[in-house]
Amino acid sequence: MNPLLLWFHKLGSPPYFYRLAGRFLPWLYAIALISGVVGLYGGLVIAPADYQQGDSFRMIYVHVPCAWMSLFVYAFMAANSFVALVWRIKLSETLAMASAPIGAAFTFITLVSGSLWGKPMWGTWWTWDARLTSELVLLFLYLGVIGLYHAIEDTRQAARAAAFLALVGVVNLPIVHYSVVWWNTLHQGQTVSLMGQSKISSSMLWPLLTMAFATHVYFFASLLARARAALLALESGKDWVRGIAQARQANAHG
Amino acid sequence: MAEFFHMGGYGAYVWAAYAVFAIALIADALTPLWQRRGTLRDIAARLRRDASRDGTIKSRPSGTEDQTQ
Repeated sequence: MNPLLLWFHKLGSPPYFYRLAGRFLPWLYAIALISGVVGLYGGLVIAPADYQQGDSFRMIYVHVPCAWMSLFVYAFMAANSFVALVWRIKLSETLAMASAPIGAAFTFITLVSGSLWGKPMWGTWWTWDARLTSELVLLFLYLGVIGLYHAIEDTRQAARAAAFLALVGVVNLPIVHYSVVWWNTLHQGQTVSLMGQSKISSSMLWPLLTMAFATHVYFFASLLARARAALLALESGKDWVRGIAQARQANAHG
Repeated sequence: MAEFFHMGGYGAYVWAAYAVFAIALIADALTPLWQRRGTLRDIAARLRRDASRDGTIKSRPSGTEDQTQ
């Protein structure tokens, strides 16, 4: 086996992953927090007010990064679900199930912040626009995955059933992304694009990209923290977990 | 400063959006901490029970073993 494959194999072992994730966690939280503060300062203070929307546009600095994350996290969850179903790797099941609540949180923030912008700009909290509706379906998919996972007693069987649902839900991702292109509805089209020119001034763009970076790093921090907690519960009978529990107890009573 | 919080008349909407963002992510960040603490406490309690039931031999808790991986 080549070294990379060997490392990948090692990474799949829960005690090794637990230790490695624990070492990365504080750094990820710190990077997410610092870049988040920089991005918010840029968005709330440095960026000029929009010429049409005034200061109300400033909610994009939470709305747009969270909307991107709602799709990114789903894709991540689906990819891990695929690996979990095909190769039955315990760590992939754990990662897929750990990403669901984080994705649901990002989707929830997207919907609420969008609603808070829609009221003054569109004159309504909610409309059955294609983008809004498909994003709501995305939230229900996340909640479905979480609900199914908790409804089945055996954790590993539950993870596989929920992973299957997550894979089926992938069909919604292109619908969310292209909804503003396919249907001529209220929600505006995309302003920022990976390929080609973004239709936004750079003083407004850099805080947005900084926030996108911060939310990505935050996702991986939260993912590792959740995966660590889930692995402890999943392997509670194993020696390495008993060792951690005993060491903690000794510390608490020592 | 007051002007900053006023946000050109959209203050309530903008700050509410940021509040939801902060509250949702703080709750998300705290959940794994609580989960991990709860799990470790349960395991420690089980180990103590096992130890007091069988003072000499530390028996493995039954039904929790998964030797497949």
